[in-house]
Amino acid sequence: MNLFDLIGPVMIGPSSSHTAGAARIGRITRQLLGEKPVKAVVSFHGSFEKTYQGHGTDRAVAGGLMDMGVDDERLRDSLALAREEGLEISFRPVRLRDAHPNTVVLDVTGETGKRITVQAASVGGGSILVQYLDGLEVGFSGEKTTLVIRHTDAPGAIAMVTHLLSGMRINIATMRVFRREAGGEAIMAIELDQRPGENLISALKILPGITDVTLLDQI
Amino acid sequence: MEHSLASLVAAAEGVGLAEAARRSELKYNGIDRETIDRNMTEVLRVMRQSAEKGFDSRLRSMSGMTGGQAPKLLEAAIKGETVGGKFLGRAAARALAIAECNAAMGKIVAAPTAGACGILPAALLTAQEEYGFTDDQLRNGLIAAGAVGEVIAARASISGAQGGCQAECGSAAAMAAAALVFVRGGTPQQSADACAFALMNVMGLVCDPVGGLVEVPCVYRNASGVAGAFIAADLALSGIPCPLPPDEVIDAMKAVGEQLPPALRETGEGGCAGCPSACGKK
Repeated sequence: MNLFDLIGPVMIGPSSSHTAGAARIGRITRQLLGEKPVKAVVSFHGSFEKTYQGHGTDRAVAGGLMDMGVDDERLRDSLALAREEGLEISFRPVRLRDAHPNTVVLDVTGETGKRITVQAASVGGGSILVQYLDGLEVGFSGEKTTLVIRHTDAPGAIAMVTHLLSGMRINIATMRVFRREAGGEAIMAIELDQRPGENLISALKILPGITDVTLLDQI
Repeated sequence: MEHSLASLVAAAEGVGLAEAARRSELKYNGIDRETIDRNMTEVLRVMRQSAEKGFDSRLRSMSGMTGGQAPKLLEAAIKGETVGGKFLGRAAARALAIAECNAAMGKIVAAPTAGACGILPAALLTAQEEYGFTDDQLRNGLIAAGAVGEVIAARASISGAQGGCQAECGSAAAMAAAALVFVRGGTPQQSADACAFALMNVMGLVCDPVGGLVEVPCVYRNASGVAGAFIAADLALSGIPCPLPPDEVIDAMKAVGEQLPPALRETGEGGCAGCPSACGKK
């Protein structure tokens, strides 16, 4: 905690969890997609579902998907802007099991046809937790530079990645690994203390068994 | 950061709260003075802008429940019609304006939260208008408020969902009271006492947003919260010591928050939200 957690953030109201947190979820989803989204189906759960219109949660998510920050005054008009920019966005209720009351599921398609599903929760004070990417458990906050690596579960896959990071003197703050099944589709979410350069991303991409690498900036 | 007001007061001995907070931010969070001053300048700018925006009588929230009311109170204050006097009327109007700006998806500074964002800026900006404090003094006041807020957040909570409105508008009033004492030249102990008076005076205040939205009664509690901050500051500045150690008051606020039933912690069920006329609002 620091001074600016108490005097701040500068944000668009009315609610740090239902507006600022929702905008951050939208923005991190945009980063995970890695391209301009053209279609988004947004499913709200719990308190998000009950109060999303009054809190502007829908506008915040849409703005975030268009890469707006929590203090961007265009958030209020983001639904109109989305139409202008060719982002087709719809909202619907969903009931999830064992989910945080402020949870949203985003099914987003990008301009090249790339499609991802993200489940994230706004956990208070504007902080968020990205829980699932395409059904794979991740669990990162977006408060640090984060590497998301999709790979095939195999002995040594993690060691190769951490070896590359240590060679570049990049420290791992937290790391989570999840796989669908042994030898199957797997994912690493690694929060870093330093921001790696593009050379690391290129080096990671050519490692055997690695299918996708995304570097997320702090949001 | 310090984990008790007692240690914060001790650290501020001879240097003042703002300086103690600057040193502590550098030591524990690596945030240097220039960064703090630059950010606080921006914070102050957004606070002023949010008040200005909130005084637009055409302003409405998404739900339409709030917005555009603050100009009425300001006008009454300017005309000298407010029974609590011009100064308090202006402060309350400004707090209401900023809270209404927040409810209408305007840009605000959470202080400590978005729902309680009107109290601290209304206290400092209105005091500046009245007593001519410099922006530099206001920045230091904000830093002092932040330091006190950090202790409250660490020992108790600043979240309505966890601790009720006492934790949101109560904490904001406590931070504002400490800041007012600071800019008026009171001692660090008086700031701590003012913080405790403010919390004591709203101990148990529930979080009961109608329709689950940060609007009713939230925006009006911002108006009343700033009044509470001035009273708490004046109690301490006049030389009245807080009869209980401030840290114990914060701990009591935490305990009360835990004792509050969920219906009174931001779920939009009890309190004002439970009024028959409030049900079904969204």
